[in-house]
Amino acid sequence: MMDRYSKLQLVGIYAALALFLTFILLPFVEMFMVSLRPLEHLFSTPYRFWGDDFSFEAYSRMWQTVPLLGRYILNSIYISGMVTLITMIFVVPAAYAYARLDFPFKNMSLAIFLGVNMFTGAVLLIPLYRVLRTLGLLNTYWSMIVPGVAFLIPTGIWLLRSYLEKIPRELEEAAYVDGASRLYTLRRVVLPLAVPGLIVVGVAVFIGAYAQQFLFAITFNQTREYQPLPAGIYEFIGYQDVTWNEMMAASLTGVLPVMVIFLFLQKYLVAGLTAGAVKE
Amino acid sequence: MADITETPVAASARRAPIRMPERWFAWALVAPAMLFIAVIVAWPLAETFRLSFTDARLGGESFVGTKNYTDLLGSSRFHDTIVRTFFWMFVSVSLKLVLGLIGATLLNAAVPGRALFRILVMPPWVIPIAIGCIGWLWLYNGHFGLLSGVAQRIGLIDGPYEFLAYKTSAFYSAVVTDVWVGTPMVTLFFLAAMQGVPRDLYEAAYVDGASRWYRFRRITIPQIMPVIVSMALLSAIWTFNSFEVIWILTEGGPRGATTTLIVDTYKVAIGNYKFGEGAARAVVIVVLLAIFSLIYLYFLGKVNRHYGSGK
Repeated sequence: MMDRYSKLQLVGIYAALALFLTFILLPFVEMFMVSLRPLEHLFSTPYRFWGDDFSFEAYSRMWQTVPLLGRYILNSIYISGMVTLITMIFVVPAAYAYARLDFPFKNMSLAIFLGVNMFTGAVLLIPLYRVLRTLGLLNTYWSMIVPGVAFLIPTGIWLLRSYLEKIPRELEEAAYVDGASRLYTLRRVVLPLAVPGLIVVGVAVFIGAYAQQFLFAITFNQTREYQPLPAGIYEFIGYQDVTWNEMMAASLTGVLPVMVIFLFLQKYLVAGLTAGAVKE
Repeated sequence: MADITETPVAASARRAPIRMPERWFAWALVAPAMLFIAVIVAWPLAETFRLSFTDARLGGESFVGTKNYTDLLGSSRFHDTIVRTFFWMFVSVSLKLVLGLIGATLLNAAVPGRALFRILVMPPWVIPIAIGCIGWLWLYNGHFGLLSGVAQRIGLIDGPYEFLAYKTSAFYSAVVTDVWVGTPMVTLFFLAAMQGVPRDLYEAAYVDGASRWYRFRRITIPQIMPVIVSMALLSAIWTFNSFEVIWILTEGGPRGATTTLIVDTYKVAIGNYKFGEGAARAVVIVVLLAIFSLIYLYFLGKVNRHYGSGK
């Protein structure tokens, strides 16, 4: 009853949704259209929305223009995957401590973590460059993984902590009263309950790492074979004659694998984001 | 839930539990993350602070005292950059929050197809920011891009309009792209928060004859207020630091119209190899963000006390 909409309201909702989604999807539509146009027709005026010359040629030509495209795509996924794995190893215990335990300097140290959230690599690039050089990590995958982890740990703690806080304390207290150790309680009571939350935070960290590899890659890594997708493609955009249709095709193809993975995970993501709240 | 009740908690009692003092246990859990941050963030930060008192460049460095800072304070261009950065942050974050709230409300409405719509909102968040910006770069192209093309067709403008060529339009174009990057995540978090609002609240209000708007204003908004405030803080910080959007679209131009503090710092430090001067700008950023965050955390505490956060 409560959720019923009148015809007029439905039309309004769909119209607003259409407008909202147009904004969100517009660049993708544009990239796809550009990728279908032959290069010489791309630079023709006046502007034509539709062309009778559309072809998928750019999608086969791009592999010659960007010979390492496949490698870039895998690099992006590999770097983000490693960032996620390492970040979670740091985040899970810390988030638990902040959600449940009392200890000296708790609020202060949490504030410091959140403070790290304030910086992006851009502010610290020069000293960070020196640190990575000292550690011998420049021009390796690690030069992109290590800073990625550092800047995602605070976000991870922040997200997971608020999720863990929503798990009823009573379960743990019961276990604790029964004589289970803190560590055992964490491992056998809290973590199983937190699986949806872990997935959410893991996916969020992966996305964060995937979305923001560009700056670290162009600054800390000169090895072309290790370059992630955005840095790899961006290199070509600096050239004199940019084959824009192929770049758009490469961009869209490049993000496709993660989009597909995400498509499968989004169900858990939305469920997990909401589950934490529902349990309250 | 099922496997929790079945967990043989009693069994663990047999393994005489080691009862470490709680604080040691807590610190043991937090320490690895702390150490990592110390090496990768805190130390470079201290180093930035030191560099800001030098004229470090590629050739070497020598101590120059507070010269970098007095130069900055005396520069009207730097003053403009600070004002522009806060304006950029204010406009972009407001739009993200408003759009996020509208989007989440729409996606929360029980209409057919909403599962699909929810998926369609996510792509800008999932792809690398730099890739999305390449798409926008073409959209803003005056001669070949869709925006100018369609605007010409329907007669809004007479000829090609280069969105990124003029100061004001370049600024707002960058804002739009930044909003585009940030909105999906805000929408999703608001949506999740909205779904967490207990249904009985709405049902009780509905039975009492409360209108939809009233329910939204008096139930939804207060219930998700803690999430709104924390998303506002996070978006504000991310927007302040937003680099890739501006760098790929305009590199801070035309004539500095889109140069925010972060872009300015990058240009000085990495573009011109003036490490010392860049470091001074970085310190200014850190101080500004710290002040800003403290004010915000104060409000967050207030909101949490007022509405009650998670137990």
